[in-house]
Amino acid sequence: MIVPDIMPLLEVNNIGKRFGGLQAVKDVSFSVQRGTIKAVIGPNGAGKTTLFNLVSGFLPSDTGTITFRDTAIHGKEPHQIAGLGLSRTFQHIRLFSHMTALENVMVGRHVKGRAGFLAGMLGLPGTRREDQAHRDRALEVMDLLGIAAFADTDATSLSYGQQRVVELARALATEPAMLLLDEPAAGLNMRETADMAKLIMKIRDRGITVLIVEHDMSLVMNISDEIVVLSYGEKIADDMPLAVQQNPHVIRVYLGEDDA
Amino acid sequence: MFLELFFQYLVAGLTYGTIYAIVGIGFNIIYNTTGIINFAQGEFVMLGGMTAVSLYAFLPLPLAILGAVIITMAVGGLIEMVFIRWLVKPSVLRMIIITIGISILVREAGLVLWGEGVRSLPYFTGNEISALSFGGVRVSPQVLWSLGVCAIVVVLLNLFFKFTMLGREMRACAANRDAATLCGIPTRNMITLSFVLSAGIGALAGCVVSPITQTQYAIGSGLAIKGFTVAILGGLGNSMAAVAAGFILGILESFSIWVMPTAYKDAISISLLLAMLFLRPSGLFGNREAFKLKDF
Amino acid sequence: MRTGRHFHILILLAAVVAVQLLTLVAGKGFYLTQFTMTAYYSLIIIGLCLLMGYAGQISLGHAGFFAIGGYTSAVLTTVDLSAYKGSALTGILIKLSLLTGRQDLYGGQMLSFHPWAACVVAVILTVIIAYAIGVPVLKLKGHYLAMATLGFGTIIYSVVLGTQKFGAADGISSVPAFPLLPGLVVSGAPGLRVQNFYIAWGLVACGMLLLLNLIDSRVGRALRSIHGAEDAANAMGVDTARYKLNTFVLSAVFAAVAGVFLTHFNGGIGPSEASIMKSVRYVAIVAVGGMASLWGTLIMSAALNFLSLRGYFGSFDDAVFGGVLVLIMLFSPEGILQFDARTMVKKLFQRA
Repeated sequence: MIVPDIMPLLEVNNIGKRFGGLQAVKDVSFSVQRGTIKAVIGPNGAGKTTLFNLVSGFLPSDTGTITFRDTAIHGKEPHQIAGLGLSRTFQHIRLFSHMTALENVMVGRHVKGRAGFLAGMLGLPGTRREDQAHRDRALEVMDLLGIAAFADTDATSLSYGQQRVVELARALATEPAMLLLDEPAAGLNMRETADMAKLIMKIRDRGITVLIVEHDMSLVMNISDEIVVLSYGEKIADDMPLAVQQNPHVIRVYLGEDDA
Repeated sequence: MFLELFFQYLVAGLTYGTIYAIVGIGFNIIYNTTGIINFAQGEFVMLGGMTAVSLYAFLPLPLAILGAVIITMAVGGLIEMVFIRWLVKPSVLRMIIITIGISILVREAGLVLWGEGVRSLPYFTGNEISALSFGGVRVSPQVLWSLGVCAIVVVLLNLFFKFTMLGREMRACAANRDAATLCGIPTRNMITLSFVLSAGIGALAGCVVSPITQTQYAIGSGLAIKGFTVAILGGLGNSMAAVAAGFILGILESFSIWVMPTAYKDAISISLLLAMLFLRPSGLFGNREAFKLKDF
Repeated sequence: MRTGRHFHILILLAAVVAVQLLTLVAGKGFYLTQFTMTAYYSLIIIGLCLLMGYAGQISLGHAGFFAIGGYTSAVLTTVDLSAYKGSALTGILIKLSLLTGRQDLYGGQMLSFHPWAACVVAVILTVIIAYAIGVPVLKLKGHYLAMATLGFGTIIYSVVLGTQKFGAADGISSVPAFPLLPGLVVSGAPGLRVQNFYIAWGLVACGMLLLLNLIDSRVGRALRSIHGAEDAANAMGVDTARYKLNTFVLSAVFAAVAGVFLTHFNGGIGPSEASIMKSVRYVAIVAVGGMASLWGTLIMSAALNFLSLRGYFGSFDDAVFGGVLVLIMLFSPEGILQFDARTMVKKLFQRA
């Protein structure tokens, strides 16, 4: 157990969300410490993705608070949350079509840039220099993740596995303090999943905190520092991987029903 | 005197309200089965009215109207089969542009066929000056005709959708097209049918109000905006509410002449549309929660 | 990238010069009038192309912005303030040379706004209206957005048509020439035809350069990302609502500037410029040009507008644009330059 001697990077308190008659997330609290990998798991329909959308601002919460870097972020727009240094990926890959892989990653540099409409239209030397700096930085990130070779390829024409990595690069290019990964191994084969695990640890080692929502237990158990387990919208466990694996409640609602 | 004038405006509002309501229903029928807003909806009204006027030259009035409705239905079906049927999952933007293009083509065809002249059918009973008096309020029998036809159309449509196999199949298609296909419902034919149906009621409305409002090749686009306003006011997809909304809009417009120049009459209804879109796009009677789940 | 962009602009300028020389050699100098008008319509259309193709938002009301620009300029430059000559405010405006004196048709002396002052007011007014209408409208999507912009266009049309101050159905005529710089005058006078041809196309070239720069900038990438996947763009910190709004306003300004210039060139403006059919026509040309292709759109705009203005489509003018719209959207939604006959034939046979 990590001793909470410093303020956690992300703190979720009693968050709740209801869709009509369905209580998708109920009174969930947890925190993520700086520099760790935390995973949220649970069977299908447990409210993982809803929780994720609440944290990233894609859904407004009904109750509770979310604090990131000592700032309350519940009720903020997704782009504002991204601007605070919390970047996310999507379960179903959402790359920008008709743009190259590099351009996709460069959109990730958006929060770090300043040039507006006027500067963009005039294309003055200063603006061009700024643009070039972002281009270089984006290429660095792509290089780090081993996809620099595809920089000028149309992003949506890449293989599924490559697209996942481009999405990861795009999120990393924002230089986030924390990365939210929504089922990063979905649709990947075993080899690609192992590569993804390595990439995620590499990212953590660079000082970026990671929160993963994942269905694939093998990925999560190996790389997470802590795991939150959800069932029917409620938190039933929040512990280190080994402890979670041995938690009888978890075994009953999750491992017992899912042979992952 | 004041009260009399008030009722005259009210009656005029109801007359226009009828046609707005029917165009609105036309939007809803097609929207329900396809998710498409057919921008050419107003052109069906024009086609119906104009065709009936032409047929009336050598046919008795009831036959001319029947012929016009059938011809317009055929045109509606043809439009669907030629332009819509074979598109695979077209984007909303693409459908908007295609139906706008169709409306222009139909309108221009109307211009070639009938010229720019304003035409109208004769009054079904009596003439321009004949009127029934209700306690001092003079009402043209044609107003009763249009109200009656509107009422019959709404009742028949409801019966059709509730109690006939075909109507039920169309509703199934509206609820979930993929599931309907799996159940063996020929969804493509249902879509054609929805175009035929909404063309038919549009044409009928065009004939009934023609003696009062008159018909010209270019009336379609104005009616389309009004009809859409009505469909939005009532909540997209809700035909009964569209009728109520049609009367509300017709009456509002009619009374706006009291306080504003006639030239701005259109601006009133469109401002209403914009206000609705901004403030309550689910409609006056719609369910906000359900609306949010719709995919546009 | 950058060299390519400048190279294309140079080709455009070369083509403009070539057209002028051709008309000179062929003795068809009067063609330049329609070419000049084509340029101004193209200015609206490339602005609309940015909005539709790159920000992914449709507007069926852009003729409204053109009309706001044109009518504002027309009203301000034809209003006669000579009756207020003594008042303090008028005195200040004259001192700032915002007002100029000129002779009216009957030789009387009149005092009205300088076209530059009118132009600036027109653009500011357009920006204000575009923001006011854009904030609520751009929250809408799909059919709702289309109908709301159509509604906006219709309101502008019925206002100019129904207002005496705007000349109602006759519009406003005898709008004076626009002296841009000493020696450069926007005017329809036959002696200034060549000059105006170059002014108009020079403006288009500037507009193209600005927009091409924009597309390849931080803002441009943000816009394209909105079109590609709006929620992902949002997750990357792109304030999608603000970017859509600013693009809407920018394209409205393009339309308004075109309206101002064309009004001075034509010496007047009528309500037909605000009609829905005009708006639809602009959308049609952007669609034919391939939505997200500024060059494709410009080429199609030049061709279709010129043919239409020369009257090649006769009384089928509107029908041609309606037909073009339907055909392009049915067979080649990526624009006519992307039309692939072979796959189309293959598809048809598969169906059969």
